[in-house]
Amino acid sequence: MSTRTDDTTAREHPIAPFIRMERMPHIWCPTCGIGTVVKCYATALADSGVDLDKACVVSGIGCTGRVAGYMRLDGFHSTHGRAIPFATGLKLGRPELLVTVFSGDGDLVGIGGNHFIHAARRNMDLLVVLVNNFIYGMTGGQNAPTTPLTAHSSTMPFGNFERPFSLPHLAASCGASYVARWTCLQVRQLTWAFAEAIGRKGFRFIEVIAPCSTLYARLNKLGSGLDLMRFYHDNVEIRNGADTREVDIGYQEKIVCGKFRDEERPTYLELMHEHYRKTLGDRYVPMPPEGGLIRGED
Amino acid sequence: MKADPRGVLTGTHYLDGDFACGEGAMAAGCRFVAGYPITPSTEVVERIGRRFPMMGGTFIQMEDELASMAAVVGASWSGTKCMTVTSGPGFSLMMENIGLAAMMETPCVVVNVQRAGPSTGLPTMVGQADMMQARWGSHGDYALIAVCPRSPQEAFDLTIHAFNLSERYRVPVLVMMDECVGHMTEKVVIPPAAEIEVVPRRLTARPPAEFLPYQTNGSLVPEFARAGDGFRFHTTGLTHDERGYPVMTPECQAKSVRRLLDKIRLNAGEIARVEEEDTGGADVVVVSYGITSRVARLGVGLARERGVKVGTLRLVVAWPFPEARIRELAARVKAFVVPEINMGQMVLEVERCAAGKAAVVSVPHAGGNVHDPEAICQAILGAAR
Amino acid sequence: MERTEIRITGFGGQGVVLIGYIIGRAWSVHAGGHATMIQSFGPEARGSACSATLALSDREVLYPYVRRTDILVAMSSEGCEKYVGELKDGGLLIHESDLVAPAVRPGQRACGVPSTRIAEALGRRLVQNIVMLGFFAGVTRLVPLEAMREAVRLSVPAGTEELNLKAFDQGLAHAETAASAPSLEGVKP
Ligand code: SF4
Repeated sequence: MSTRTDDTTAREHPIAPFIRMERMPHIWCPTCGIGTVVKCYATALADSGVDLDKACVVSGIGCTGRVAGYMRLDGFHSTHGRAIPFATGLKLGRPELLVTVFSGDGDLVGIGGNHFIHAARRNMDLLVVLVNNFIYGMTGGQNAPTTPLTAHSSTMPFGNFERPFSLPHLAASCGASYVARWTCLQVRQLTWAFAEAIGRKGFRFIEVIAPCSTLYARLNKLGSGLDLMRFYHDNVEIRNGADTREVDIGYQEKIVCGKFRDEERPTYLELMHEHYRKTLGDRYVPMPPEGGLIRGED
Repeated sequence: MKADPRGVLTGTHYLDGDFACGEGAMAAGCRFVAGYPITPSTEVVERIGRRFPMMGGTFIQMEDELASMAAVVGASWSGTKCMTVTSGPGFSLMMENIGLAAMMETPCVVVNVQRAGPSTGLPTMVGQADMMQARWGSHGDYALIAVCPRSPQEAFDLTIHAFNLSERYRVPVLVMMDECVGHMTEKVVIPPAAEIEVVPRRLTARPPAEFLPYQTNGSLVPEFARAGDGFRFHTTGLTHDERGYPVMTPECQAKSVRRLLDKIRLNAGEIARVEEEDTGGADVVVVSYGITSRVARLGVGLARERGVKVGTLRLVVAWPFPEARIRELAARVKAFVVPEINMGQMVLEVERCAAGKAAVVSVPHAGGNVHDPEAICQAILGAAR
Repeated sequence: MERTEIRITGFGGQGVVLIGYIIGRAWSVHAGGHATMIQSFGPEARGSACSATLALSDREVLYPYVRRTDILVAMSSEGCEKYVGELKDGGLLIHESDLVAPAVRPGQRACGVPSTRIAEALGRRLVQNIVMLGFFAGVTRLVPLEAMREAVRLSVPAGTEELNLKAFDQGLAHAETAASAPSLEGVKP
């Protein structure tokens, strides 16, 4: 993403209308992968034809947590780990919104892990984009629930000995209706995955592997961000429809990418409406799509 | 405006405080509730869960109280009035996002049916020991409002009031009930919808191009835009400017925090509410709230029989604390007596405001029961001497 | 009415709380008095002896709990044993006569009704509590009968009003037989 702020650039850049250009330069490090993910998402959003006034982004805390603040959409930068429940309230309070959660691995499956599994279980109508950099970036390189075995972090100075989550497997086994993993280098596939997921319903989970040049690369002596990108590029194995039990990520091993699940399953709201219509019949008054705001003449 | 009739169960009922609180929320226009079961508050959401599907409301039982409170903050930004309900242990978990609500200036209501603590304490028995947590529980400087119902009728009335205050000042408002009131069944009169005044969510009239989410235009409370109306606004728990953009400077911090406090502090005269009886000419004034204010009246009666001139002051709104009124009284009474079902919390505020001009006597109770009226009487007699 | 304290006890499933609810509702909503009901919660409510308490008065009830009950309504012997100690001198024990042995102290009175048997004769064992309620109403005459009937009608599941009112009247009738209706003198504070 461009970090220049002059108007010419703003007008020229195809995703500039999606970005709060007045907030540039952003805080991300050079060669950090997060900016690319934002660009792919914005491109997909632009192509999708959805009403952008109804598109919201909710983030938690961390490097990826800043996405909500840079996109020119209704954006909510919430608390650490709570992006998913915050987004749940936003969605249920005004069901017509397209709510996307953008956050990191530490945020969504570390401190927020409980919310993640329950939202997936409910097949809550949220698009969840998790940027996985294998480490806590914002706070300085601490171990994450995604840090591969033996990788170094500032709190595992002799290498990590905790087993990490395999996130596609976690999401799929909890009940997500759409599960995919791409790296931020596969720009076309990633953009396409976003476009596809925007068109689906229920809990849609996209894990994006992105290099953290500043911390993960440095602590593990993996060279520059560019070197790490090259490594990810060369070690991706695309296996659409792969069994999510077999997509673990080992330290500096191959990364299985692809769309692992794409199933139509009733969403939380659909189940709720259907159930109440069945049990309550005409007495059921669903919340209108525009929400429960009660307008008064005052 | 007047209440939406769909939420108003007009009539004379025999309800417990929890149910009455739920009815108050629905009458106030609450249409989203997220909660996690916890004794002794669960009946509030059980009531709501039963009636919401018939009035366009959504109740969701979340995975924990962290999630419940986060969902409430999110839902409020959709424009839907919302609430969560809990008791001590859950209240502790909610503190994180109560702080977010305060920082983002999000209208919402949090009900705490207080049981005795600390920790799991006495889950089914009364306490009032979360009063300081209510004021100071989340980190950082902020201000909010807390009301204390004394009966099921007031659980209904004050829950509506809590919603109205949260809309007016864009703060979380806490309904600090206690287990005794929550689980006590009494007559509750619910008036017709046309007689219930509710403050609606006020949406800004400005077009998006002229709107900044935290611009106050001379008032202390910014105008509100909800998600999905084309404003493309941003809000954050970080210190932010009028645009809602993070600004990491002591200057912006000073300005933001000051206004968060000022909007309550400078409006305290309007928000604070006490109920007084016989304070004119009293030598001793008993300050209490919630169920204790009822039991205290028995203690006051006993003391009067023994010749003491006693008045009572009840904190209907506990936060902001009625500083001005306590200061006035301190100048002319001998002493304040403060019974509460904790080891001495609101008494600290009374002491602060009395500032040595009148004696202040705490009548603590560790919880699990209400006071013995005789103990309150003895404290009054001691204070009058 | 001066403050009158009542405890109702029985085992789970006997409808203990509903009795308290109806008495309280009748007195406060339909007869214009003040009634505060507290039902026991927690482990106590999950065991076999559950209970509800009521304070009735002409004025606002300031103290919510009962301390020395004027009337104990016992529908199980376990509940009776647990709570009879708090029954005041001169207090009244109303009991399920087939299930509870009336162990009262001198000066206290007891009167019983085979409410379960009566309910069974009506074809629904479930209305046992309403038979007991009718008996309570007749024995104590604390709350106007019309207020009680109104409260019964509005508190029972829709469609069962008639059956429940019948159960109430049978309990009431039982109270009116001389054998079971002791004098209430001295019971009231
Ligand atoms: S610390 Fe790592 S994840 Fe964070 S912005 Fe820098 S490179 Fe990206």
